Amino acid sequence: MAQLQIDDLSVEFRTRHGVVRALDGVSLSVSRGEIVGVVGESGSGKSVTAYTVMGLNDAAARITKGAITMGGIDLLAARPEAMRELRGREMAMIFQSPRTALNPIRKVGKQIEDVLQEHAALPRRDLKAAAIAALARVRIPDAERRAEAYPFELSGGMCQRVMIAMALACTPSVLIADEPTTGLDVTTQAVIMDLIREMSRATQMSTLLITHDLGLAGEYCDRIAVMHAGHIVEIAPTEELLERPAHPYTRRLLAATPVPDSRLDDLNAIPGHLPDLRGALPPCRFSGRCELRQPICDEAELPWTELSPQHLVRCRFPLS
Amino acid sequence: MPIAPGCVRLSMGPHPLRRAAQAVAAATMAGEPLMAFVWKRLLGTIPSLVGVVVLTFFISRALPGDPAAFFAGPAANAASIASIRATLGLDRPLPVQFVSYIVDLAQGNLGRSLTTGQPVLTDLLERLPASLELSSFALLFAIGIAIPMGVWAATRINGGVDHACRALVTVGAAFPTFFVGLLFVYLFYFLLGWAPQPLGRLDEIAFSPPPRVTGAYTIDAVIAGDWPVLRAALAQLILPAISLGLFALAPIARITRAAMLEALSSDFIRTARASGLPVRKILMAYAFRNVLLPVSSVLGMVFSFLLGSNVLIEQVFGWQGVGAYAVAAVIASDYAAVQGFVLMMALLYVLLNLLVDVFATLVDPRVRFEG
Repeated sequence: MAQLQIDDLSVEFRTRHGVVRALDGVSLSVSRGEIVGVVGESGSGKSVTAYTVMGLNDAAARITKGAITMGGIDLLAARPEAMRELRGREMAMIFQSPRTALNPIRKVGKQIEDVLQEHAALPRRDLKAAAIAALARVRIPDAERRAEAYPFELSGGMCQRVMIAMALACTPSVLIADEPTTGLDVTTQAVIMDLIREMSRATQMSTLLITHDLGLAGEYCDRIAVMHAGHIVEIAPTEELLERPAHPYTRRLLAATPVPDSRLDDLNAIPGHLPDLRGALPPCRFSGRCELRQPICDEAELPWTELSPQHLVRCRFPLS
Repeated sequence: MPIAPGCVRLSMGPHPLRRAAQAVAAATMAGEPLMAFVWKRLLGTIPSLVGVVVLTFFISRALPGDPAAFFAGPAANAASIASIRATLGLDRPLPVQFVSYIVDLAQGNLGRSLTTGQPVLTDLLERLPASLELSSFALLFAIGIAIPMGVWAATRINGGVDHACRALVTVGAAFPTFFVGLLFVYLFYFLLGWAPQPLGRLDEIAFSPPPRVTGAYTIDAVIAGDWPVLRAALAQLILPAISLGLFALAPIARITRAAMLEALSSDFIRTARASGLPVRKILMAYAFRNVLLPVSSVLGMVFSFLLGSNVLIEQVFGWQGVGAYAVAAVIASDYAAVQGFVLMMALLYVLLNLLVDVFATLVDPRVRFEG
């Protein structure tokens, strides 16, 4: 069984302006040592999926259906206190804009010590050394001195390393990286992603990489799930998804992703917007933007089409 | 995430204090920076102090009323008033008076009060502890209620405490302190009889003031180990301190709540939650410590407001502080006393702001030794 297993998960948000159905029947699994990418445009439900797994959703969120298990533990049934103990120890998360994600007035070493103190069975006097070791593990040079630094004294890339060090301090079995390289310059992006991949492989950690950048996901993930408007529309091993995209949306995303030789004219924006997730929605939430739409798309229940055992697409008329 | 109310710690405990002490030690070990910063700030206040000196001199002269006539008394005639004016030096042209005032000031001489006949400096130093004692208790009362309330309100928006907080903020901001003071006297002294007579700092018929060390009766009573006097002094203090404190409560609670809300919704709190830190640690070590900075700058401001409001509340409660002294001085056109009072207030204000800035450098590493 996969280390992280999400089954048929539906989440809605009760807002002043109606109920937003942010996730609808999302299923996803991540095995040990595997990196799975979740790709989609803003508002597609990538982050809601991540926050639901972590149990960090807003109070307005309600899980209406589905199950999440991690290493056999039912996360949706776990009490808040049990979830808190799992966070940081068994599952960890890193965020975008690492500079603001760290406490501005606490030394970075101290922030790692806080996590260790909570989750690692270490005597107090060993915390400092353990925090420095965690920093050294993500290859921060001169870790002992850097532990004494405040976030504002470090570069964005260095702060993200600190975040990774903090997330991995207790060697969690699941890591969720939510747009970990957004806001970093390109060379730093590669360094950070290499580090995440290396750590996942080294500790057999299941990694969920959330990104809007299909190119980045293509480079680092074993499998990719494409999300659109709260649905997973296609999921496949990376190579297969990139070479034989079956969902019209995936194909559109690929056409909108720059490759080294592409010029601006070569890139195609996806027409239309995400549908409003309040009120009645068609079975296929992409149908409003789809050129290949047929009358039946808006009528019958939407099936999963299995192109190969690993390649599933949620479209009645998959491309081939 | 639900945050249990029991998890809000009302006091900060020794931990942050110890850290502040370490920060001071670190700053002093680092050598000059902190002291250089203090000196720079002190030098920077000189222009405003000069402005205060010039303004108070001329404004007090522009007040209606004639100190010579006041001093000469109701039976005086024009000749005796003129002779008194000459002895007081008030017949000289204003610039000449101003220069002699500056010369005196440079020697630390604030002049002599016409109403008390004593040097103004002596008068002020004698009365200042009473005012500081009152303001400090008022501030302590305000902090003790406003900060826990603001923190609690922020963790449960629209909960009971949040509504209570809003109501108290409105009341505290809407009612003038002297009105609250009078209301309290009417309620707790006249109607209920719980409070002693609102006539000063101590019931001097039953008790005699403790030997003067700091000038604050409560502290001096503790030093002397005189518990009945401490009790009596506190009994006198409680109504004026609360009337003043209610007024200070509003801005503190509002800022604490707003800053706490902002801190709680920030990215680093999300990180702390994602790291599975306990709620109490997130609230105190992460959110509240980030709130200290805005709160401390408001505290500095509120304390100086309090020193100003003392003028009214001291009148209501017969408190022998500098506020009541200043009111008497203005009524009598007692120039030296008015100038001395304003100058002292300006100095206190400057020192208070400096204190806040130094505190800020200790709390927030980002502001350390900048400009």
